[in-house]
Amino acid sequence: MSRIGTIARRGFLLGSVAVLGGVAFGWWRYATPYGNPLTPTLTEGETTLNPYVIIDAAGVTIIAPRAEMGQGVHTTLAAMVAEEMDLTLDQVRVVHGPASNAYFNAAGLAEGLPFMPTDRGWLAETSRAAVEVPAKFLGLQMTGGSSSVPDAFEKMRLAGAAARIALVAAAAERLGVGAETLSTREGAVIARDGTEIPYTELAAAAALVKISGEPALKDRSEWTLLGKTQPRVDMPGKVTGTAMFTADLRLPGMVFATVKANPNLGAEMLSFEDSAATAMPGFIRTVSVARGVAVVASSTWAAMQAAEEIAFEWAPATYPQTTERMEAEVAASFVADRRDGRPRNEGDVEAVLAADAFEAEYSVPFLAHATMEPMTAAALLMDGQLTIWAGNQIPTLVRDLGAELTGLPKEAIHVETMLMGGGFGRRLESDMIAQVVTVAKAMEGTPVLLTWSREEDMMHGMFRPMAKARVRGKVDAGKVAALDYSVAAPSVLESFAGRMGYSIPGPDGTLLQGGWEQPYGFPNYRVTAYRVPAMVPVGNWRSVGASFNGFFHDTAIDELAHLAGVDPVEFRLSQLTDMPSRKVIEAVAEMSDWGNVPASRARGVAFMLAFGVPAAEVIEVEQTDRGIRMTNAWAAVDVGIALDPGNIAAQVSGAMVFGLSAAIRGKISFADGQVQEWNFWDYEPLRLDQCPPVEVRVLENGDRIRGIGEPGTPPAAPALGNAIFALTGQRLRDLPFADKVDFA
Amino acid sequence: MATTLTVNGESRSIDMPDDTPLLWAIREGLNLTGTKYGCGVAACGACTVHLDGTAVRSCQIALGDAGGAVVTTIEGLGTPTDLHVVQEAWLAAQVAQCGYCQSGQIMQAAFLLAGNPAPTDADIDEAMSGILCRCGTYPRIRAAVHDAARRLQEA
Repeated sequence: MSRIGTIARRGFLLGSVAVLGGVAFGWWRYATPYGNPLTPTLTEGETTLNPYVIIDAAGVTIIAPRAEMGQGVHTTLAAMVAEEMDLTLDQVRVVHGPASNAYFNAAGLAEGLPFMPTDRGWLAETSRAAVEVPAKFLGLQMTGGSSSVPDAFEKMRLAGAAARIALVAAAAERLGVGAETLSTREGAVIARDGTEIPYTELAAAAALVKISGEPALKDRSEWTLLGKTQPRVDMPGKVTGTAMFTADLRLPGMVFATVKANPNLGAEMLSFEDSAATAMPGFIRTVSVARGVAVVASSTWAAMQAAEEIAFEWAPATYPQTTERMEAEVAASFVADRRDGRPRNEGDVEAVLAADAFEAEYSVPFLAHATMEPMTAAALLMDGQLTIWAGNQIPTLVRDLGAELTGLPKEAIHVETMLMGGGFGRRLESDMIAQVVTVAKAMEGTPVLLTWSREEDMMHGMFRPMAKARVRGKVDAGKVAALDYSVAAPSVLESFAGRMGYSIPGPDGTLLQGGWEQPYGFPNYRVTAYRVPAMVPVGNWRSVGASFNGFFHDTAIDELAHLAGVDPVEFRLSQLTDMPSRKVIEAVAEMSDWGNVPASRARGVAFMLAFGVPAAEVIEVEQTDRGIRMTNAWAAVDVGIALDPGNIAAQVSGAMVFGLSAAIRGKISFADGQVQEWNFWDYEPLRLDQCPPVEVRVLENGDRIRGIGEPGTPPAAPALGNAIFALTGQRLRDLPFADKVDFA
Repeated sequence: MATTLTVNGESRSIDMPDDTPLLWAIREGLNLTGTKYGCGVAACGACTVHLDGTAVRSCQIALGDAGGAVVTTIEGLGTPTDLHVVQEAWLAAQVAQCGYCQSGQIMQAAFLLAGNPAPTDADIDEAMSGILCRCGTYPRIRAAVHDAARRLQEA
């Protein structure tokens, strides 16, 4: 095996550490049908105690098998293992690890069940437990749906506890004392006489220890890491430019590629003419990929320049060619034969709304993810082995795609999941992976790094769908007497699953995510989804359906509050039936001193239960000469158990800013079948000078642990819109707001 | 035809075409990958470096025009074992999330503080708004710039 091949296969998982055959054991074997995926990667000097722990002479490596896209997941997952092993975080190395079905995500599936998160009934709970089984055997390793922490909370602490038991048992054997006489601290087993044996010396023996049953976990009162804000393990690399993203990979002989694909999304490339490109400096070759061409050159810049010289003949788009025609399609979808689901229908909405109903229509546009790092991926096919390097949220699917495209067995495919410069759901897709593998196949033996231009990235998104809502309602005696909520949008599930070759029967729950499960006790309450026929590719954009239902549903609630003449905070509080939900609203009201608004300013509140997390946000605005300016923002969330309060606050603050970017200016539009926004000058996220101070409070009244990557996003747009209404009296029912009002 | 310039205190020769943007010369000619590509049109600031002491968007500087220049990238500002004061403040405030924009943020902040040791919020807004962050770390960026200014004054 050549050196490049060895580097490629070993990649970054094991780096310079050497390896010794290890074994999976005890608890792990009973808990999963999968072997320890680390075992085949080990060589002399290294021991694995279970799929989450490797120990060698240099120390302990923890596998945090969820993609780090900025949400701090590597730190929190590592802390779960380190907590139970009595390690400090600065003693451990944290890596993503290999693609393996052993790292399946069960919580991601449970979120898709048709039960409200507040439903603790027998059927809902039994069903949640039941999906653990198919999730285990489906084995989908996935980062998304704010599921990483709830999924890992039991199993990664158990992995740490099991490793500790094995290490203690090995020490007991070596010292000839009972295990009960030993304790552990900061990476060592300690005997009563003060003898300390570091874990690194015990690992090989510990790997042979058999454990029966499930290890006991620490009580929360014993936690030293969990429940406390930790310095992020990826922070030193990220402030010194040494953190390794996919585009930072350099291998001997590496070539650089970019892609131009048909801007008529999903349509074929009919032909291309590259003679002018071949004359460009650094040009190496072109390779046809799905619906486009990859240009390979001596640098990424040379590839991008050469790509501009290619003449293409593109097949036309098959969907409506303009935003206006797409909007008409959505508007025409509130009809019986496009009805997708009606998961809530309480009381008799029609009877109450027969006369004098409040009616409103709301809309949102397509949105791009626009991660700061454009789509990137690298691959090397050599000696019957394929290695793929990519920031990706679906390593096992990337592995399977690599096998499918090369005809190699899955065991010959190695996926290195890199740090990603933003994900937001875009890296659940594998379009860039298929492209780079296609190029690597054409250039066997040569490592290829593919980087999309920003323009390619913006124009080939897997967009948050455009959507509309129609709401009818009535208030009586200061409360909602009836609410009839309908939403129409193209199906993310249909589009996303379709790209992976699946057709999923039944309604798409994401159409009403955030729209049907709100814990309001309205006596007459009906929620209906309509599915718009597929147009352009749509995908999972941070908070998915809640990204539009949050705006529609909460804006409607705010309108009804004003119609009822009731304070918006009081209006929501008095009708929410869920205690943790009421508590987050009380918290933001207190934090913002809701009743005391500074002169010339106004505030809006919004509430949304999404991914099981109640989140309330207040935004304060003022009018300036240049337009509306946000002056303050407050958020309160409830995650049940807060493992890292500082990181949770950062996620909520960032998710709120993400939602505000979309609310103010976010819009992807179409003309002649093609995306009209190309770069950050026409798809401009919020900048620092527009960002208000944000204060976050994290509550723990919920009855189970929840993930926090997404729930901060949905309330941002309605909170801002409600604030603008309070300031100006103008009700904004369509996003983005900057189409109607100026912002400073 | 090779261009010679001083990068992070060392004389370096880069053999890439003259019209290659400095960004790509740094990243792929010198393999200094801390400086990032985000947009190619000076709209995001992820590629910010210091050129003869001024913060610039390296995607807009042709390599041929940078001959003889003195360039500092994030790798030359400080290292994991010898952090620049701005990096210390960034670490203390735990600013980064995905981290992709942070090299540009830190280089811009270091330039701001070199010329204005006690910036106001308005100064920070003006200096830092050219650098986009999709993770929304702006409140912590603001706090870290103030903290770095305090650290500089105490030093």
